[in-house]
Amino acid sequence: MAVFKQQTPKKAPNPETKIVSWLRENLFPNATNSALTLLALYVIYLIVPVVANWMLFDATFAPVSNEQCGIKGACWSYIFEKLDLFIYGFYPPEIYWRPQWVLILALSFVWIAKLLKQHKYKTKITITLIIIYPIISFFLLYGGPGLEIVETYKWGGLMLTIIVATVGVIASFPIGVLLALGRQSKMPIIRFLSIIYIEFIRGVPLITILFMASVILPLFFKEGMDMDKLLRALIGITMFQSAYIAEVIRGGLQAIPRGQYEAADAMGLNFIQKIVLIILPQALKISIPNIVGSFIALFKDTTLLLIIGLFDILSMVHLTTSDEKWLGRSTEGYVFVMVVMWIILYSISHYSKVLELRYSTEHKN
Amino acid sequence: MNTNIIEINSLNKWYGEFHALKNINLKVKEGEIIVICGPSGSGKSTLIRCINFLEKFQEGSIIVDGITLNDDVNNIRHIRTEVSMVFQHFNLFPHLSIIDNLTLAPIWVHGKSKQESKNKVLRLLDRVGIKDQAKKYPNQLSSGQQQRVAIARALCTSPKVILFDEPTSALDPEMISEVLDVMIGLAKEGVTMLCVTHEMGFAKKVANRVIFMDKGQIIEENKPKDFFNNPESRRLQLFLDQILSR
Ligand SMILES: Nc1ncnc2c1ncn2[C@@H]1O[C@H](COP(=O)(O)OP(=O)(O)OP(=O)(O)O)[C@@H](O)[C@H]1O
Ligand SMILES: [Mg+2]
Repeated sequence: MAVFKQQTPKKAPNPETKIVSWLRENLFPNATNSALTLLALYVIYLIVPVVANWMLFDATFAPVSNEQCGIKGACWSYIFEKLDLFIYGFYPPEIYWRPQWVLILALSFVWIAKLLKQHKYKTKITITLIIIYPIISFFLLYGGPGLEIVETYKWGGLMLTIIVATVGVIASFPIGVLLALGRQSKMPIIRFLSIIYIEFIRGVPLITILFMASVILPLFFKEGMDMDKLLRALIGITMFQSAYIAEVIRGGLQAIPRGQYEAADAMGLNFIQKIVLIILPQALKISIPNIVGSFIALFKDTTLLLIIGLFDILSMVHLTTSDEKWLGRSTEGYVFVMVVMWIILYSISHYSKVLELRYSTEHKN
Repeated sequence: MNTNIIEINSLNKWYGEFHALKNINLKVKEGEIIVICGPSGSGKSTLIRCINFLEKFQEGSIIVDGITLNDDVNNIRHIRTEVSMVFQHFNLFPHLSIIDNLTLAPIWVHGKSKQESKNKVLRLLDRVGIKDQAKKYPNQLSSGQQQRVAIARALCTSPKVILFDEPTSALDPEMISEVLDVMIGLAKEGVTMLCVTHEMGFAKKVANRVIFMDKGQIIEENKPKDFFNNPESRRLQLFLDQILSR
């Protein structure tokens, strides 16, 4: 038997500060990585000052004319003057409050739903809000009894981009769920049709579907019965998006273990109960990141609306570049679109990561 | 104790070309506790899964509580309201709290009110000893607790028969007895149980009959005392030697 003497604690041998050791571990761990770090720093040194000077330090923010803006920096005056057009398209300026309220309602409904977390009627209220929101929004945007009608060809800009992307995702969601279930169905005809639809749509670019929707859809209607251009685009986008959502959800469905189906079956739930109460909630939870990813892709794709003559934010910028007053300022316009798009899409993708994290920890300790 | 709650007559099942159940005949009286054992792949799971129609079969008939199983949707649903099942891997629903896991069937299948089901479920959870976990989610419980929840879930519709498919074989060893205790309690209350398990202590203690299956057939069936002490067939002797020497 051996007895060991108690050791006294010694000071750690590496008294480097945190920053130094972080730098060493992450930026300069060895020769190759150090070289790469230096190269990257050099590239940043080349690019950042040029961009920053153009965007900020040499730029003009004051409301002045094109000529008064120098040629050295960006002329944001152009953006400020056209901002309303970029956001609302040709929507009548005196009723901008209508789209503004659509946004305010969306935010407050989300907030209400959040507050209700433990409320007895949570589900009922949430479902009611989800049903009435699109109706109110449509009434506000388009008009109707008591509100001046604004035809959809006047809708445009960022507003249109958001409307098309949101409607596209929301409308394609139930269809996507049905297609995903159809593709897994034991009934051969339903499965076959689902596969054909999904694979056909996924095999063609969105632009051809938009063309089809704007050129071919009217062929199905009688002479003189004109169908709203925006509606046609929405149908095309929904058709397109539902195929992608279907594949995303199918991935979620496949991740559900067979035991879940068996347990639901064994307790006597019918098919719809099994899908709605047991399978979909789990499958959707898993699919959130991919659903968001496909929403982001769609959001970017709405810029294609330009081609069928709808004026999303990019089209609006494109249109104003030919304004004689602001000739030569298209760079500012496109940079503006880039920044706006990036801010929106990055926020969405960041929020989806937060959601994902919350759900993945929710059920663990 | 004399009506047959389950009658299985010349049951045959194939998976493709593979003959998984060969001419099974079995009658179970109300309140009987039947233990089924046998080597892996002998068709034990397949047999009890035919009883609640999780598996289709091609020949023979199964009668549960006077109703002959066929593949009509309503018929299947009816059978499933009377027969519940406890699985090897619990199969609790991870997105629902314990209490929601348990009230699901009473509310959606039996049309009970939320409050009524909740009260009943809390009593059941108390009985399996996890009342204070009702608000938690399945992943927050130990495997033994999860299986006890699964047993409570099987009980909450007051079924006539409960099928168990190796309820203790996915548990950490120190948790087996807590689950077995719950099952023994149930057995004493007169619930009809068909139980696939290799827990021979359980079989000796509460089973009315023990059934040995091999290669898709019932090889031997006896009272537990004779089953363990005087196994007749060579295969059962070998099987018992293996099991008991573990
Ligand atoms: N879905 C299936 N398709 C094809 N063969 C199957 C299927 N399910 C089971 N089998 C086969 O049927 C036989 C019986 O399987 P079963 O699961 O009933 O055995 P078991 O006695 O429960 O075995 P274990 O103790 O391993 O659970 C096995 O040989 C198995 O390979
Ligand atoms: Mg088995």
